[in-house]
Amino acid sequence: MLLLYTQGLCPCGIARMNYQLNFADLLNYQDVLLSGLWMTIKLTIVSTIGGVLLGIAGAASRRHRNGFLRRAAACYVELIRNTPFIVQLFFIFFGLPAIGIKMSEIEAGVLAMVINLGAYLTEIIRAGIDATPKGQIEAARTLGLSSRQIFFRIVLPPAFARVYSSVVSQCIIVMLGSAVVSQISVPELTYAANFIQSRNFLSFESYLVAAGFYLVLAFVMRLGLNALGSRAFSREEKPA
Amino acid sequence: MMQFTDWDILRNLLLAARWTVLLSLIAFAGGAIVGLLLTFMRISRRSALVVMTRIYTEIFQGTPLLMQLFLAFFGLGLVGIDVSPWTAAALALTLFSSAFLSDIWRGCVESLPKGQWEASRCLGLNYLQTMRYIILPQALRVAIPPTVGFSVQIVKGTALASIIGFVELTKAGTMLNNATFQPFKVFAMVALIYFLLCYPLSRASQYLEHKLSRSSK
Repeated sequence: MLLLYTQGLCPCGIARMNYQLNFADLLNYQDVLLSGLWMTIKLTIVSTIGGVLLGIAGAASRRHRNGFLRRAAACYVELIRNTPFIVQLFFIFFGLPAIGIKMSEIEAGVLAMVINLGAYLTEIIRAGIDATPKGQIEAARTLGLSSRQIFFRIVLPPAFARVYSSVVSQCIIVMLGSAVVSQISVPELTYAANFIQSRNFLSFESYLVAAGFYLVLAFVMRLGLNALGSRAFSREEKPA
Repeated sequence: MMQFTDWDILRNLLLAARWTVLLSLIAFAGGAIVGLLLTFMRISRRSALVVMTRIYTEIFQGTPLLMQLFLAFFGLGLVGIDVSPWTAAALALTLFSSAFLSDIWRGCVESLPKGQWEASRCLGLNYLQTMRYIILPQALRVAIPPTVGFSVQIVKGTALASIIGFVELTKAGTMLNNATFQPFKVFAMVALIYFLLCYPLSRASQYLEHKLSRSSK
């Protein structure tokens, strides 16, 4: 690699492009890549489920009668949305053990992803809830439904359907953000690429292949979640 | 062994935060210039340009910013350009934000009623005149709130430049943590400084959006 670098420079120091990309050597590391990919998929599935649940809870709190709950949820959303994911991750992984809360890399990574996704989804789902026609809630109340029933049966399903495409986009953003989790040594896709380039020094190729995997993953995730959504919400009003 | 007081930590973090701000400004300015070009390509009626910009946006929105940083860092090295973390971070963040900004701005232009184009055509304005006097002034008004909102993403994105060795707020945080072994305090301070940078921008974006939606009613 060092040789290639020096060959890439003319004596006068002007750059010249004569580097041959070498992808063949990456095949020796396909196990590492695939296990990294699988870890990214697992992280994404767990954090998507956790994040959606947290987002629903957050949105419910934002519109709760209890003023304290409302303010706590608002603080949570603002705090998470206005700080970088990597700082949240470092705070959870390095900061929390200092006050006695210890966890493994994977637990910290998942927790950070869930908390991050939850904050964005709180805002997104709340927007969906706010678009609920008042008459529906009044009608439900007239029919004698409890406020819990009203939230889960009348308000939430159409609200979720309304904002579903934004929810999907946010889940994909968090999937892409999971690359950062490699920084606390969770063996996912980016970590695998880091590992491979530290062995064969083909950094550009390794990262290019990993980026390709992410691109495919984002594409498949959007297709899959949209298909899931159109099945699940066929009875609800169509998302705008 | 040097002892760090809380004030030392905070002072060093604030000094490093200057680089976060500077990198954000560069990324925003660069992203705005490239993004504007992409927006014009995207709303032109040449299908080749439209397809190219769509692929560009898909690639930058479908891969992690961290990967883009790595590829800029190592890719430029391959071509023989000696890259500092500065150059790589500025380049990657510029390309990243241009993809998002052009997508936002295209949406703003397309949100204008078709009648505006047709009316301009009837009045005998050509494409450039329509753009200059009819479309852009209106699109600009709609575009400001989401653009300010996206600037928050840029500030947060600069945190990833720490991974390729650019010493900004996050990197300073990890370095101070290694020196002081007070991760809770250090990272809480780092988060607080980011919050103080981003929160005003978020609020401004919300305020502008509120104002806009009221005035258009």
